[in-house]
Amino acid sequence: MKTIYFNKFYKSFNILSGILIITSLIFLVFKGLNFGVDFKGGTLIELRTDTSSANITKIRDSFNQMNLGDVSVKNFGNETDFVVKFEKQNSNDPQFIEEIKTKLSNSIGTVDFRRVENVGPKVSAELLRSGVIAIALSLAAMLLYIWIRFEWQFSLGAILALFHDVIITLGVFSVFSLEINLSIVAAVLTIVGYSMNDTVVIFDRVRENLRKYADVKIFELTNISINETLSRTIITSVTTLLALLSIFIFGGEILKGFSLAMILGVIFGTYSSIYIANPVLVSLKVSQRTIVKEEKE
Amino acid sequence: MLYFSKLRVFSVLIFTLIISYFTISNFTKVDDEFFTKNIKLGLDLQGGSYLLLEIDNEPVITQRLQSKVLEFKKFFKDKDIKVRNFVIENKSIIFDVENSKIEEVKSLLDDDKSEINPYFQQYKSHQFNIENMDTSFKLEFSDYGLVLLKNSSLDQAIEIVRRRVDEVGTNEPNILKRGNDRILVELPGLDDPGRIKSLLGKTANLTFQFISSSSEESFGTEKLSFEDGSSEAIVSKRIVLSGDNLMDAKPTMNNQTNETVVSFSLDRVGAKKFGKATSNGVGKRLAIVLDGKIISAPEVREPIIGGNGQISGNFTFQSATDLALLLRSGALPAPLNIIEERTVGPDLGKDSINAGIMSLIIGFILVVAFMFYKYRFFGLIANLALISNLFLLVGILTLFEATLTLPGIAGIILTVGMAVDANVLIFERIKEELKNENNSIVAFDSGYTKSRTTILDANITTLIAAVILFFMGSGPIKGFSITLGVGILTTLFSVYFIARLITAYYVIKNKHKEKLI
Repeated sequence: MKTIYFNKFYKSFNILSGILIITSLIFLVFKGLNFGVDFKGGTLIELRTDTSSANITKIRDSFNQMNLGDVSVKNFGNETDFVVKFEKQNSNDPQFIEEIKTKLSNSIGTVDFRRVENVGPKVSAELLRSGVIAIALSLAAMLLYIWIRFEWQFSLGAILALFHDVIITLGVFSVFSLEINLSIVAAVLTIVGYSMNDTVVIFDRVRENLRKYADVKIFELTNISINETLSRTIITSVTTLLALLSIFIFGGEILKGFSLAMILGVIFGTYSSIYIANPVLVSLKVSQRTIVKEEKE
Repeated sequence: MLYFSKLRVFSVLIFTLIISYFTISNFTKVDDEFFTKNIKLGLDLQGGSYLLLEIDNEPVITQRLQSKVLEFKKFFKDKDIKVRNFVIENKSIIFDVENSKIEEVKSLLDDDKSEINPYFQQYKSHQFNIENMDTSFKLEFSDYGLVLLKNSSLDQAIEIVRRRVDEVGTNEPNILKRGNDRILVELPGLDDPGRIKSLLGKTANLTFQFISSSSEESFGTEKLSFEDGSSEAIVSKRIVLSGDNLMDAKPTMNNQTNETVVSFSLDRVGAKKFGKATSNGVGKRLAIVLDGKIISAPEVREPIIGGNGQISGNFTFQSATDLALLLRSGALPAPLNIIEERTVGPDLGKDSINAGIMSLIIGFILVVAFMFYKYRFFGLIANLALISNLFLLVGILTLFEATLTLPGIAGIILTVGMAVDANVLIFERIKEELKNENNSIVAFDSGYTKSRTTILDANITTLIAAVILFFMGSGPIKGFSITLGVGILTTLFSVYFIARLITAYYVIKNKHKEKLI
């Protein structure tokens, strides 16, 4: 197979990644994330209307008359399905949901509540905290694992690649105001696993080649390793993306955000294994001595 | 790496077949004892309600402190120590002691054996933290005392919740403790939790108290409003009878008034008390109070001695049934708040299952087709491994009766996408080895050997993510972590035992063929 000179573009792609990360961070800090009811508290109702004449404006108007705080209405999948979210959470009143349903039926006709989620402020704060802890823990666990398995230069490369993927994926969610809910946390954790997986495969090869070729510069060596593992990288990314696309297209509205996050994560993860993890090895001047020294100890 | 002993081939085969049988048993109705296990569908797939209740322990704490104050008063009186100014404030008891007795009180409170410290013998820990400033003492529940109190009220509450839910008769409810003040209630198949919520939301503290004519009653009086909010009444604080003495309650029709009522029967103690009170109180109005609201206050026309009575109060048949149910199941030790509720209707659940299966089939076909296109015969081997992987995965989930959720199905699809990775790593490695090695058996063998650490590394990282998700995630997300984690294990099994076995047979038979892969 023809060798592709990935290493020629290390610099330019690093600049691009830097820009993407900074942009993501700016959005994350100033715009923030669009938290769903899981993390913000409040009520979510997925409803199906009888007629297609019910539209977002109508539904929003009737909800606005009920004094429920900030109301957001979105189409969900097809024309008759909507998701309504509002701040008020009142699950202690057993009639709360029933009353909304009655009022809504009066103004727009028969509605079917397909899903109701009602999360109190205490629970949402706890869910958010445990979500953040889960992501932090998994990053720490990956760091520990790779630290045991590889030399520190490799760990640094892999962890930088991980942060890159997580930050940019969350950045995309911030830019497009996509909802962050529990399943996105699951997706981010899986991205962490996948990105690590991808990096480890290339790093294993880099280390093997370091032992084999004493006089090849790391700049060249990373490129050789990337090329040798390239067909695997492509095939695995393709099959994973095929599976994820299938969930995204056919898996229903509930899994849309989850599968989108995963798709982005797989793309960024594959990219970062090549263009973040390897340049780190180059700039840390990893050589045969790096691994031989470690092994002697 | 290509050698397999006969025994090993046999055990791989048997293991795969048995686990696969569990998978199939999900789809067929086989009537045998051993294989009746089924995968459980999560609430998001079968529809149902998930309620998280939190006990509001404050009333219990206040109540406990109140009775503790009485205990203290008696205790110190017996010891001839004057204590005064008992106040309950901020969940603590405050009182003053005369100057000369401060030390004595201190030592009494510290004494592990005194009856003031009932828990010490058992748990080696004080029930209260004691603060002393001059003549003033402040007693506050210690952490341990609080935990004990919360646990006991949680145990009581969960029992009452279970009775109420059981009485409503939903199928296979799941009621679990969460921490020391929460109860999780899962109600499969229930798409309108309104009734259950209103049943669980009531403490159901029933008391009978006389309506007071004069405000200078020895027990004191309190002003309570009627259930329908129409008016208020002054009620004596003396409790004639409480719900504890109730043996049974059911909705009935009163033949005279043609009205739905709740008729109840009392235990022996209750009947005696009730008989005595009603004998003395003929002509007075007896208020029936539920959770601080008066349901009705009928006039006592004659003594009620038999221990049977009726509660009237403009009931519909439904509300009478619910009240009877609440009275039968008993009062909660403290109010419950619903802090999280998730309800999925049955048809959304069905839609989710269909969408999940649809995307699984399509994702599977795409991956299988791609692998065949890339590797031809070896693609078939990888695909066979993938199919057995799926059977193993679903079979193991069935064996452990794991709960399958929508994200769980996503986890299975993701496993399909990522499972081929191991075989791809191996095949690519073999291709490389074949470039420098003419003996294809050696090349295949070293392809397997050399890719092994990489495959382990790659799968362990994903497994770490799955394990963390399992411990940190809740509900549907837990389902995802289970399928993802089990999926990794079955992937490794299918790659190293099934795919390798077939590869080995094929390579050994065709070792002289050119361009094997």
